[in-house]
Amino acid sequence: MGRTLAEKVWDDHVVRRAEGEPDLLFIDLHLLHEVTSPQAFDGLRQNGRPVRRLDLTIATEDHNTPTLDIDKPIADPVSRAQLETLRKNCAEFGVRLHPLGDVEQGVVHVVGPQLGLTQPGTTVVCGDSHTSTHGAFGALAFGIGTSQVEHVLATQTLPLARPRTMAITVDGELPEGVTAKDLILAIIAKIGTGGGQGYILEYRGSAIEKLSMEARMTICNMSIEAGARAGMIAPDETTFAYIKGRAHAPEGADWDAAVEYWKTLKTDADAEFDAEVHIDAAALSPFVTWGTNPGQGAPLSADVPDPASYEDASERLAAEKALEYMGLEAGQPLRSINVDTVFVGSCTNGRIEDLRAAADILKDRKVADGVRMLVVPGSARVGLQAVSEGLDVVFKEAGAEWRHAGCSMCLGMNPDQLAPGERSASTSNRNFEGRQGKGGRTHLVSPQVAAATAVLGHLASPADLSDARTPAGV
Amino acid sequence: MEAFTTHTGRAVPLRRSNVDTDQIIPAHWLKKVTRDGFEDGLFEAWRKDENFILNRPERQGATVLVAGPDFGTGSSREHAVWALQNYGFKTVLSSRFADIFRGNSLKNGLLTVVLDQKIVEALQELSENDPEAEITVDLENREVRAEGITASFELDENSRWRLLNGLDDISITLQNEADIAAYEAKRPSYKPRTLQV
Ligand code: SF4
Repeated sequence: MGRTLAEKVWDDHVVRRAEGEPDLLFIDLHLLHEVTSPQAFDGLRQNGRPVRRLDLTIATEDHNTPTLDIDKPIADPVSRAQLETLRKNCAEFGVRLHPLGDVEQGVVHVVGPQLGLTQPGTTVVCGDSHTSTHGAFGALAFGIGTSQVEHVLATQTLPLARPRTMAITVDGELPEGVTAKDLILAIIAKIGTGGGQGYILEYRGSAIEKLSMEARMTICNMSIEAGARAGMIAPDETTFAYIKGRAHAPEGADWDAAVEYWKTLKTDADAEFDAEVHIDAAALSPFVTWGTNPGQGAPLSADVPDPASYEDASERLAAEKALEYMGLEAGQPLRSINVDTVFVGSCTNGRIEDLRAAADILKDRKVADGVRMLVVPGSARVGLQAVSEGLDVVFKEAGAEWRHAGCSMCLGMNPDQLAPGERSASTSNRNFEGRQGKGGRTHLVSPQVAAATAVLGHLASPADLSDARTPAGV
Repeated sequence: MEAFTTHTGRAVPLRRSNVDTDQIIPAHWLKKVTRDGFEDGLFEAWRKDENFILNRPERQGATVLVAGPDFGTGSSREHAVWALQNYGFKTVLSSRFADIFRGNSLKNGLLTVVLDQKIVEALQELSENDPEAEITVDLENREVRAEGITASFELDENSRWRLLNGLDDISITLQNEADIAAYEAKRPSYKPRTLQV
């Protein structure tokens, strides 16, 4: 019988397989950041162990980094201590580090692909659940805990039980104005936040094949929000073109050999998935969340659902609690929800294509009075690219704040936070209670919806703004 | 991880049930960047009471915690295990442990021993009457011994083997060094590297 993409990559990394034991898998790329690595380095030190493969390990700073005044000492002592610890550990063990201020610094899941380190058929791990992002390249990529970080540092392997596989087939054409973010939010709303539990998801079908790498990363990024450990997309010409010429892309004969291998990484026609889901792309429209988990979403054109309409008692209770926390009324049109903050950024939607999409909408328009808009590039390099294209000017002229790279308001570990009761439209991936700041209320949206929402001051799509563009020079 | 074969030490009898990990180590300690230095956070709230058993002079240097039932419930924080170890405990005896806490403890070399509640109470009584009384936890023979008390305990063969040999997951994986090296030797040259070596 044929094998799926996930099974092929898995099999190619088995170092040791024994009856009654988990497979020991080799790890091709280990990404580190300041929050989940300190105790792992400590463990190495206590046991006198080195990092086994420095050439497969790389670190950057993202969660705690400020997005303003990055040349000044970091004000919060706890954040500063975590960053200093990472710097010390990397220096002591010899790990390559891109610290704040470095051109390659940024959200760890933006940095890997942009350097060309994330490649098809590799295993990628990081002490961060959104490592699933890298699956967009046909890599097997998943988040791990601190003990496992230490395990990979010491052995470059992990003992793991093989997950099951689920195919999510998206056929048809995405309608104009409907993005990868809308698609993944719709998928999560359909299968639920636990729907992917125990599975590696493979996104496939004609609609997926047409997506850019940036869009594919947005989709794989949020696999974890469906409960899955990983999400994957088979590599194709779009993937190869994205990688070619990047700093760590193979060259010459290696490139040819790599592409030859990458082309074998497709699910065989006779392979079987443990579960299958079908989505009709043509039926989708801009999608936003109304609740406090990423599965509580609906088309923007819909109303806030009535909790009483849920048959399942626990879902009903969850919806009731969510509406109370979010300060929303059942039946209220989603478009009527006013926001005070708009955040464009994160490892979900902080890449150059996302910034271009938002800038395109904001050009010659203004952010509504009383709305604060933060634009935070996913990495310093994305920021530079945006500046070279003049996107920063577009944002600033519209009245948005153009910031330095990092996780920023995605989780509010740095000073970029919502105040209690404040409401955001955010291109990030989690709308949990208090995620963006204690008492903050988050609506997950695409960059296009974020930009349109910033202009109108309430949840909106670009189609709602047809004539709101101010003439140039006004 | 340090091997655990046999340990003998004085005890702290903790007559409370359902001691959750929030009590063992409060959340504000989780911002720390190390696995050590949690000793001051151990039972932080209770230690504000000078009569709390851990604060008594005769309990200083004790290494065996004899706890009430359902020890280690609540959040999965590994920091709870680190705090107990940092403080100096080598082993915890109870009639019931929360699953996750038990898993974490065995991963870190803190031996959690499940005993009959009657035996636990007998050990607590012994230590309360004579703070100098020593308790021996013998993993090789799966036996707890103290004056007038001998009790056997169970531990699955795999966990026992790991503890006796001081093997953490990493040590076990490193026993497969030959397999790892063989795999590395045949990795294609086009695979990405973060450094030129
Ligand atoms: S941007 Fe958000 S989701 Fe991504 S790594 Fe940072 S905190 Fe995590």
